[in-house]
Amino acid sequence: MENRTDKNSYTIIFAVVMVAIVGSLLAYAASALSGRIDENKRLEKQQNILYAMGINDNDETSAVFISTDKAPEAFDANIVEQLVLTVEDGEIIKQQTRQEYLDENGDEPYLIDIKKEKSNAKDGKARRMPLFIGEKDGEKIYIAPIYGKGLWDAIWGYVGLDENMVVQGAYFDHKGETPGLGANIKERYFMDDFIGEHLMDESGNFQGVTVAKGNADPTNQRKTDFKVDALAGATITGDGVTAMIKSDLRLYVPFFQNLKK
Amino acid sequence: MGLLSKKDSKLILDPLADNNPITIQVLGICSALAITAELKASIVMSISVLFVMGVGNVVISLMRNIIPSKIRIIVQLVVVAFLVIIVDLVLKAFAYELSKTLSVFVGLIITNCIIMGRFEAFALGNGIWRSFLDGIGNALGYGVILIIVGFFRELLGSGTLLGFKVLGDPIEKTGLYAIGYENNGFMLLSPMALIVVGILIWVQRSRNKALIED
Repeated sequence: MENRTDKNSYTIIFAVVMVAIVGSLLAYAASALSGRIDENKRLEKQQNILYAMGINDNDETSAVFISTDKAPEAFDANIVEQLVLTVEDGEIIKQQTRQEYLDENGDEPYLIDIKKEKSNAKDGKARRMPLFIGEKDGEKIYIAPIYGKGLWDAIWGYVGLDENMVVQGAYFDHKGETPGLGANIKERYFMDDFIGEHLMDESGNFQGVTVAKGNADPTNQRKTDFKVDALAGATITGDGVTAMIKSDLRLYVPFFQNLKK
Repeated sequence: MGLLSKKDSKLILDPLADNNPITIQVLGICSALAITAELKASIVMSISVLFVMGVGNVVISLMRNIIPSKIRIIVQLVVVAFLVIIVDLVLKAFAYELSKTLSVFVGLIITNCIIMGRFEAFALGNGIWRSFLDGIGNALGYGVILIIVGFFRELLGSGTLLGFKVLGDPIEKTGLYAIGYENNGFMLLSPMALIVVGILIWVQRSRNKALIED
C-alpha cells in the first residue's frame, strides 16, 4: 500500500505550507522584537563608548559595563561632544559637531554604521567617522570606533585616546570568534593591556599598536614599544585587532595634529 | 522505580555511557572540537543543545505521521533552524548580554549532527514522551563529554577553570608555576580536542570490552 505521505503532490504541498508557516512566524517574531533589539543595540553602543573612557562597573578581574538603566544618563553626562569627521583620501574634508550632524541627518552621531562607512571608503567615497569627546576628571578623552575582521567574522571596538594619542581605554568585541581563543579579545586582561600604549612615535609618525607574539613583555611594562602581548591560539584574531587599529585610528591623526596647533 | 519506567530511564541513561553520542556513535564531533577550549563555553553549549534536543525531538515526534519521507531531512533541518533562530531572537530582545555569549553557538547547534541523528533515528518513530526523554538523554551524554573535554583543555591549556586561576598565576609565577610548570598552549588548539576525545574513547572501551568492535 502506498503511503499517502509518499505522494509527490503531498510532498510539495507540505513543503509549501511548512515554508509559509515557518517563514511567517520568523518574520513576525523578527519584526515584533526588532524595536527591543534595536534599543538593546543602542544602549550597548553607549555602554561600549563609556567603557572605552573608563566608565564601567568592572570588578577585580572581569569587564562589566555600566548597567543599561544608567547608561543613557551617564552617556549624556560624560560625553560632552560627538564630532563627525568626513574623510576622503586620508584627509579630513569636513568636521561637524553633533548639532550640525543632527540638523543634517536627524540621527545621533554614535549611531553611524561604521561598517557601512568603511565599505563606502573602499568604493572611493567619503567616509564619515564619529569621534566622541568625553570628559573625565577634567581631562578630555577622545573615543574613536574601529572596525575590522577577525578569523570568522567581524570584530570591532572603541579606543579612548588622550590628545597625544596615548590609549586611555579600549573595548573590543566580536561577532563569532572562537570561544576560549579569539573570543578572548573582549576579556579584561587583553583590553587592559592597551591602556597607556602610545600610538605615535617620538618623531610624530603613526605606529599603532601591534598584537605581537613572543614580545617577552607579558606584564606589558613597556608602553612605548607599540606592542601588546598576543593571545595564545588566536593569531588571526590578534592580527585583525592590529589591522583595525592601524587602518582606522590612522585616519584620526590629522585631527589630533590640528588639536595641537 | 519511581518517576520513570525501566524502559524510559534507559533512554536517559544509555546515551550517558554505553551509547554515548560522541564516544560511541561519534556524532557531533565538530562542535566538540570547536568550543571546548574553555569550560564555560562547553557548559553553555551543553545547555543550548539540551533545550534544542528536548523541544526538537518533541516537535518532530508530533509531526512524525505527516512528514513526507522524501523531504524529511529538510523538514528536520527547518525545525532545528527555526527553534534556534527563535531562541536567538527572544534572547536578543530580553536577555541581550546572554544572547551575545550564545550567538557564536547558533550556527554550531543547527549543524550538530547529534540533533539531526536523533530526529532521524528516534523521534520519527516514537511517541512524544519517549522522544523527549531520548532527546534529553542524548543531550546530556553529549554535554558530559563536552564538559570533560572542556575541563581538561582549559585546565592544561590556560591553567584556569571557568576563568579562575586554579593553578596560580603564570605571569607572576605563583602556585604551580613557581616550580617550573608551564601551560600547554597546544591544548587550546582543536587537534587536542580530538586527542582528548580519543583518550576518552580508549578509557571507556578498555573498561567495557563489550563496546569494542571487531
